Amino acid sequence: MFNVNEIMQTNEMIDGQHLDIRTITMGISLLDCTDSDMAKACKKIYDKIARFAENLVKVGDEIETEFGIPIVNKRISVTPIALIASASDALDYSPYAKALDDAAKVTGVDFIGGFSSLVHKGYTKGDRILIDSIPNALSSTELVCSSVNIATTKTGINMDAVAHMGKIIKDAAQLTATRGGLACAKLVVFANAVEDNPFMAGSFHGLGEPESVINVGVSGPGVVAHALSEVKGEAFDVVAETVKKTAFRITRMGQLVAQEASSRLGVPFGIVDLSLAPTPAVGDSVAVILEEMGLSVAGTHGTTAALALLNDAVKKGGVMASSHVGGLSGAFIPVSEDMGMVAAAQSGILTISKLEAMSCVCSVGLDMIAIPGDTDAATISAIIADEAAIGVINNKTTAVRIIPVPGMDVGEIVDFGGLLGTAPIMAVTQGDSSLFISRGGRIPAPHDSLRN
Amino acid sequence: MRAIVTVIGKDRVGIIASVCSLLAESGVNILDISQTIMQEYFTMIMLVDLAACALPFNQLSNSLKKRGEDESLSIRIQREDIFTAMHRI
Repeated sequence: MFNVNEIMQTNEMIDGQHLDIRTITMGISLLDCTDSDMAKACKKIYDKIARFAENLVKVGDEIETEFGIPIVNKRISVTPIALIASASDALDYSPYAKALDDAAKVTGVDFIGGFSSLVHKGYTKGDRILIDSIPNALSSTELVCSSVNIATTKTGINMDAVAHMGKIIKDAAQLTATRGGLACAKLVVFANAVEDNPFMAGSFHGLGEPESVINVGVSGPGVVAHALSEVKGEAFDVVAETVKKTAFRITRMGQLVAQEASSRLGVPFGIVDLSLAPTPAVGDSVAVILEEMGLSVAGTHGTTAALALLNDAVKKGGVMASSHVGGLSGAFIPVSEDMGMVAAAQSGILTISKLEAMSCVCSVGLDMIAIPGDTDAATISAIIADEAAIGVINNKTTAVRIIPVPGMDVGEIVDFGGLLGTAPIMAVTQGDSSLFISRGGRIPAPHDSLRN
Repeated sequence: MRAIVTVIGKDRVGIIASVCSLLAESGVNILDISQTIMQEYFTMIMLVDLAACALPFNQLSNSLKKRGEDESLSIRIQREDIFTAMHRI
């Protein structure tokens, strides 16, 4: 027997509230693609990805048709390329990015992640070359995303890498100056990066992962906002319960799609990432959820508490709905990808300082924030250091994806297009952090890391 | 495979006949029907069995969608699993 209300409710979520599967991401290990000859390694990488992901888009489209649920993106994540490329004696790893880009295009996916490096304790030869290659790699490719992990709770913060990444972000922006510094939108600096994140730009295929794996990221801020609009004025107990129930339903759908994709592709199911990921579409906004709780605008006093409740209730609702929850799993607070956040930033009430506070209670961090193009590298590094400290001390993932938009200043607006959206240039806090950043070395792991 | 067919549109004579004949031509067996008028809109939900369906799912979905467009109706077909997954433990 079927229940008419349940069917109508599901279809209303899809049609009117932007319920969708944000991404089916196939993780692929490239550990068997190393070669001392870079050209040979690139060919192995291209061939393996093209072979493994041959049917990914087709299967995604089939599932979309059969369930009637939009699957917005199909993506690929690969082993951090620094590990693969270091076998060669190349001094520039951009050709590896080109191989990834070509493989992504031939398979028809939307993005490929893993032009990455893990330097939370220090650099190998390959790490340094990879990071130095990032600006060129991202500006000369379309679909490649890059991430660098510069800190973990276990190891502390690599401040040399923090300083380095400030300069890399500036260079990446400069090389894509005519496109608003677009390369920086494809680059994430992490603390406590996870190995099974299906979301871009920070997705890579971790070393503990199998040969290949299917991870699914759900979405659904619009559905949560709608559910909360029906409990106006009720106590927070009711708010939390409503978010939990909604998150449960969204995640169950993610689990179903993940299992179906896994079985059709013959690739093991990894995790469902139960993040609330906004899109630039009207109504598909995390900021609107916070405002639905009774705040006149996201960023005003009360926002951190509202976000903490939301983030926690999403996890509690989602965790029972999936056999394996992983990735980042929480509420995302990107600015450019969320119309509500954009409006709040334009009003001047949502500031970078407030976003930093918000990142203490949600996944992930300072995300898709445009800042003045003349912001110096040390300031960007200091922003990264602050965010990394929040992640390291609180044992959570934090990230910085920030775009110093060349030639633009506070009040102007940059348009990245598509899912990346539109961002107002936000002011950075005045002052000078250059002596702090130039110290280098490592900030030791916190006492809390000594758990053995 | 079982699926849910949802038909929504302005009420008029012959909607059920039109949708059911298309399903019959495709070898789709109707297991259950619920039909009502909600705010002047005809709303029909059918549980169907595709075991003997001659068409691949996407073709059946497209022909239903096209029939819907021709007759100013919204017609969609979705596998039953999505609804059970979302609403039943």
